[in-house]
Amino acid sequence: MKLLSRKATCNSHGQDSSYFLGWQEYEKNPYDEVRNPTGIIQMGLAESQLSFDLLESWLAENPDASGFTRNGESIFRELALFQDYHGLPAFKKALAEFMEEIRGNKVTFDPRNLVLTAGATSANETLAFCIAEPGEAFLLPTPYYPGFDRDLKWRTGVEIVPIQCTGSNGFRITESALEDAYQLARKQNLRVKGVLVTNPSNPLGTALSRRELNLLVSFISAKNIHLISDEIYSGTVFSSPSFVSVMEVLLERNLANTQVWNRVHLVYSLSKDLGLPGFRVGAIYSNDNTVVAAATKMSSFGLVSSQTQYLLSAMLADKKFTKHYIFENQVRLQKRHAMLVRGLKNAGISCLDSNAGLFCWVDMRHLLTSKSFDAEMELWKKIVYQVGLNISPGSSCHCAEPGWFRVCFANMLEETLDLAMQRIKDFVVSTATKSSNTGRSHHLSSKYSARKSLSKWVFRLSFHHDSENER
Amino acid sequence: MEFSLKNEQQQLLSKMATNDGHGENSPYFDGWKAYDSDPYHPTRNPNGVIQMGLAENQLCFDLIEEWVLNNPEASICTAEGANKFMEVAIYQDYHGLPEFRNAVARFMEKVRGDRVKFDPNRIVMSGGATGAHETLAFCLADPEDAFLVPTPYYPGFDRDLRWRTGMQLLPIVCHSSNDFKVTKESMEAAYQKAQEANIRVKGFLLNNPSNPLGTVLDRETLIDIVTFINDKNIHLICDEIYSATVFSQPEFISISEIIEHDVQCNRDLIHLVYSLSKDLGFPGFRVGILYSYNDAVVSCARKMSSFGLVSTQTQHLIASMLSDEAFMDKIISTSSERLAARHGLFTRGLAQVGIGTLKSSAGLYFWMDLRRLLRESTFEAEMELWRIIIHEVKLNVSPGLSFHCSEPGWFRVCFANMDDESVRVALRRIHKFVLVQGKATEPTTPKSRCGSSKLQLSLSFRRLDERVMGSHMMSPHSPMASPLVRAT
Repeated sequence: MKLLSRKATCNSHGQDSSYFLGWQEYEKNPYDEVRNPTGIIQMGLAESQLSFDLLESWLAENPDASGFTRNGESIFRELALFQDYHGLPAFKKALAEFMEEIRGNKVTFDPRNLVLTAGATSANETLAFCIAEPGEAFLLPTPYYPGFDRDLKWRTGVEIVPIQCTGSNGFRITESALEDAYQLARKQNLRVKGVLVTNPSNPLGTALSRRELNLLVSFISAKNIHLISDEIYSGTVFSSPSFVSVMEVLLERNLANTQVWNRVHLVYSLSKDLGLPGFRVGAIYSNDNTVVAAATKMSSFGLVSSQTQYLLSAMLADKKFTKHYIFENQVRLQKRHAMLVRGLKNAGISCLDSNAGLFCWVDMRHLLTSKSFDAEMELWKKIVYQVGLNISPGSSCHCAEPGWFRVCFANMLEETLDLAMQRIKDFVVSTATKSSNTGRSHHLSSKYSARKSLSKWVFRLSFHHDSENER
Repeated sequence: MEFSLKNEQQQLLSKMATNDGHGENSPYFDGWKAYDSDPYHPTRNPNGVIQMGLAENQLCFDLIEEWVLNNPEASICTAEGANKFMEVAIYQDYHGLPEFRNAVARFMEKVRGDRVKFDPNRIVMSGGATGAHETLAFCLADPEDAFLVPTPYYPGFDRDLRWRTGMQLLPIVCHSSNDFKVTKESMEAAYQKAQEANIRVKGFLLNNPSNPLGTVLDRETLIDIVTFINDKNIHLICDEIYSATVFSQPEFISISEIIEHDVQCNRDLIHLVYSLSKDLGFPGFRVGILYSYNDAVVSCARKMSSFGLVSTQTQHLIASMLSDEAFMDKIISTSSERLAARHGLFTRGLAQVGIGTLKSSAGLYFWMDLRRLLRESTFEAEMELWRIIIHEVKLNVSPGLSFHCSEPGWFRVCFANMDDESVRVALRRIHKFVLVQGKATEPTTPKSRCGSSKLQLSLSFRRLDERVMGSHMMSPHSPMASPLVRAT
C-alpha cells in the first residue's frame, strides 16, 4: 500500500517550477555588498523593504502596541488566550478602514464580512474550498502569480483554466479571451465556478482598467459564477490611473445587494502594502454570509496570531500614520520603478507600462535566440548564472508568449539596484558584441561574460546545480 | 432539469461550505451558548454559568507576564527589540526562524526529561495543532481512507481530520471496566471491522496524555500500539499537546522514547503533533508543530505549512522565551504544582459527595463519573442530566457523548481556566446539586432515586431551554463567542 497520499507525492504544490528554482540558486549564493559582492542579486522576490523606517518610528512612538500593554497595563494574558476565529474586533475594524482608505473611501467595508486568514495564501485556498468542488475550475488571466497553482489547486483538487492575454494589447483582458477560456473549460468537461484576477496584477504591475472590470462583472453575471479579486497590491499603486476596486464598479452599476454582489469576493493581505509578509496577515472579504460563515470556520486552520492582531490594530487605527505611510510608500515605489525602467532602457530593454506593484514586466523577447520557451529558459539561466540576477521567467507565470520576465525592484538597496542595472547592461552589450563579431552558437562561455569574477560563480553554480534540490 | 432558485444558490458554493462537516451544529455546543449568554462573574453576574468546558491553562500567567516585562527584547516592537523588526517582519521562509525551531526542539526535549533528542530540521510549523492534524491527514491519506482513534476523543478531531480532507475516523472503543485503556484486542477488532467494510486504514491517531481522560499511556500499551502499527504498516500520529501538563505519577512517556529505546519500528510511520496552547497557555499565538520522522512527510508538510505559518513576531517571542532554559524549568515545575493542587481540590471536593473521577495524572481537566445520577443508562439520560447541569447548576461541563464515549454518564470538567474563587463557587454548586438530588451518599452505598425532585428539575429545565435556544448572538461579556475556536 502506498504510504503517503496522492497529494503528498504529486507535483501540484508547484514548487519544482523554475520560479522557485531561481530562489534556490539565490539561496546558495546570495549577493552581499561586503561578504559576497559577486553573488546573485535577488530580483524574484516581490517584497518591499522601502518603508521600514516609517514602521520603526511608529513603533518607537507607540510603546503600548509593542509590549503587550494597554494604557501601561499588561494585557498579555488576554491576548495569549484570545483564539476566537472572528478575530480581534479592534483589528478587523482597523483593517476594514485601512482597506477603505486605500480605495479613496469610495467603498465601505463591514468588519463583520472580513475573515482573517494566515496570509493571502490561505485566503485564496479557503475561497477555493468554499466555492468549488474537486474537479471544478477557476479561470485566471495569464500571466499569473505562480503560487496560485498551489493555493487554488493543490489540496482542493480544483483546476485552473487560463484566460490567455498577450503582449499585443498590453496583456489586457478581452471579452473574447474570457469566452475562449470558458469554452476551453467546457471542452475539457470542467465546470467553471469562477474567475480569479489579481488587481493590481502580479506579474504585470498594472491596475485593471474600468473597462476590464466592467467586462468581468458582466461576464460573471451572465455565466452565474463567482469573481475573486485578489487586491493584495492595492496600496502599491504609485501613479495614475488610480486604483479602482471591483467593489467600486459594482456600486457604480447599482449592483449592491444583488446576486452578483454576493458572488464577488476580495482577498487582501498586509504582506505587500505594509511590507510585513512574516506576520501572516491575510483576509477574505465577502458579501455572501454563507461564504463568510464557512470561511470563518475554515480559518481555524490558519488564524492570525493575537499578538500580531493587537500590534496591527493599534498601527492601522492611527489614521494619521496610515495616510502618511501609504502616500510616502507610493512615492518611494514610483522612484524605484523609474530607476528600474531607466536602467533597463539604458540596456535597450523595455517594460510593460505599469503603475503599481513591486516589479516590472520586462520585455526581453529581442534577446531570445528563437521565439520559444526553450529559448526563454536558456536566457533565464544565463541571467541567473552568468549575470547573477534572480528574475522570474514568464513561463513560470504561465505567460502565453516567451520572452517576458518579472523583475522586482523594491526588495533591495538602491545601490544594489544600480549594480543589477549595470550587470544587465554589461550582459546585453557583451551579447550584442559577441553575436555581431562571431555569429557563434548561443552558448556563452564564461570567458565572454561580464568582467568581475563571473567565472567563479559559474563554476560554483554548476557544481551546485547537480546536487539535490532540497528546500 | 429545472432547479429552484434556492438549489441554484446552494450549488454556487461547494458542499464543504454548506454541509455540517465543521461539526459546530452539534448539541454539544449548547453548553457554550449557555455560557456565552450568561457568563459567570464574581461581582457582576455571580449566578452566571461557570465555564468548565474550556481546556485552557491560565495558572502560570503571573510568571510569564513577569518574564515578558523583564525581557523587552523578546518583542521586536520595543526599543530593545526594534533593531530586529525588519529582519523578522520580512522573514517568510516556511522553515521558520532557526532560533524558533531550535528553541521548540529543545523545549520538547526538556519536557521529556531529556530522554530523547529532537532534530530542529524536522520541526514544521502549522496553524495550531488544528492545522497540524489537517496537514498530516492531507499528507498521509486520500479521501475515504481512515484513521483509527481510541474513544473517547477530542471532538475537534472530527473537523480537523475529516472536514476538508474527506477522510474517516473509525473508533477503537475503550471501556471504563479497564479505565478506558487501549487493548490489543480492541485495536485488532477496529482494524478488522474496517477491513470488512472495505475501508482502507492509513493510520492510528493517539492523544497522549489523553483528552478527555487526563491519563497518560503506560509503556506496555505504547509498545503494543507501536507494534500494532508497525505490523499493519500504518502511520501513528501522536498528539502530545498536553505533554507538559503532567502533575503527578505516573509520568509521561512519549512515543519518541518508545521508538528510541523500547521497540524497533519503521520510523517513516511515526509523526508527532504539538502546540504551545495547552502547556504554556498560548492558544491565541497559534503555535502548532508537526514533527515527523519521515523525510517525505517533513518535506510535504513544510510546503503545506504555507497555509498556516506562525507569525514571525510570535516566533521571535517564543524563541526568546523558550531558550531561557532556567525560566522554562521554573514554568514546567510550577505549572505542574498548581495543576496538581487544582486537580486535588476538585477531585477531593467531588469525592466528599460521592462523585468519582477517573484517576489521572495530566491534562487541564478530569473525567467525572456521573453514571449513578443518570435516570437510566442511556445517552438521552446523559443529555438530560447535562442540560440540568448547565441550566440549573450553571456549570458548562462537556458530556461524554460529544467525545464519542461508548458509555453514558461521563463528563469532562476543566479546572485550569479559572481563579480560585470560581473553583470554590463551582464546588459549592456541585455539592448543593447532589444534595438536592438526594444523591449525596458514600460512593459504596446504593442510591435510590428521588422522584419529586426529578420532576421539579425537569420542569425548570424546559423553561430555561427555551431561553437558551434563542440566543445565538455574541455575548457582550465574552470575546469568545464561538465554541469550536477553543480546543475542547
